Amino acid sequence: MSKFKFKKTINTPEVSTASLPDIVFMLLFFFMTVTVMKDDTLKVINELPNATEIKKLEKKDRIITIYVGKPGLRYEKFFGTQPKIQIDDKFVSISDFGTTILAKINEKPEHLRPFITVSLKVDKTASMGLIDDVKQELRKIHALKINYTTYEGDTFINLGK
Amino acid sequence: MGRRAGAPEVNAGSMADIAFLLLIFFLVTTTIETDAGLDRMLPPIEPPETDVIIKQKNIFQVSINKNGQLLADEELTDLKDLRAKAIAFLENNGDGTCGYCSGKKNPESSDNPDKAIISLKNDRETKYSTYITVQNELVGAYNDLRNRESMRLYNRKFVELEADYLNPETDKDLKEELKEKVKKIQELFPQKLSEAETSSSSSN
Repeated sequence: MSKFKFKKTINTPEVSTASLPDIVFMLLFFFMTVTVMKDDTLKVINELPNATEIKKLEKKDRIITIYVGKPGLRYEKFFGTQPKIQIDDKFVSISDFGTTILAKINEKPEHLRPFITVSLKVDKTASMGLIDDVKQELRKIHALKINYTTYEGDTFINLGK
Repeated sequence: MGRRAGAPEVNAGSMADIAFLLLIFFLVTTTIETDAGLDRMLPPIEPPETDVIIKQKNIFQVSINKNGQLLADEELTDLKDLRAKAIAFLENNGDGTCGYCSGKKNPESSDNPDKAIISLKNDRETKYSTYITVQNELVGAYNDLRNRESMRLYNRKFVELEADYLNPETDKDLKEELKEKVKKIQELFPQKLSEAETSSSSSN
């Protein structure tokens, strides 16, 4: 009987926190592996329009992103305020556009090349003239799959201003 | 309670704090972003070898001018009405061969969904945001019709079927099944949306 009495006097045992670092490290590694650091620094103002009927762009390895928009404030001095095309970290003129995209396609492994999608991230305020030129260039090099990348949201917000 | 010999252990109590610090850093910097947008196929630059003659009534012409005004089938149209108009055109079913359409069978409009073509024209000075809105509404018209048929046949929305089909995590057997369904629906309302080359603004 004295056995039970003895037990009663003991305080409630503390939960061991020894495994806490392990748990946290597990989470840490998870986030470290899923993190994709942004590889492009935006040099253009890039506010995308809204759309509702959108599809997700799966499989990042077969996507080439191009940005179109007015040069950002820091670059305005050198490049003016007309919308420009940015690929990777450089501004590309429409005459070099085709070759740049072709070079980007050739960087991809061969089995992916037929599935390459060009994601167009175009600023709301850009005019269609430049986009039409881009589309025309893409047709010339036979990169026909494109995606007008947008935000999700009410599309009529685009019009108001 | 004798002291054991050997190097004293390093206190690992602060390990958790260090790990937490790192964790919070990554939590804050991570953007698990998947881009999304409107998928489009550009027409190949080579003209098709055989000229296809398309009746005027099978073409739904949408033009956007530089002020963002919309001309749909030769009528000035508000953007909000475009979707309804496109739907009415697509499932008009003029020749009565489309059993699943609920259109008005107007002889002046499209014959059947298979023949109906939407042609989109824009000005070089049209704003991109307007263009996207129009594209969105036209794709929306197709999606609305496809959703309706998909609900009727499979009791699920077409956009959901397609999203599952495109999702890389969906398993293989299911994917095969979805592929057929998606294809079936796509055949009911094939997306024929042509993007004509632009008119220059000097012409107006």
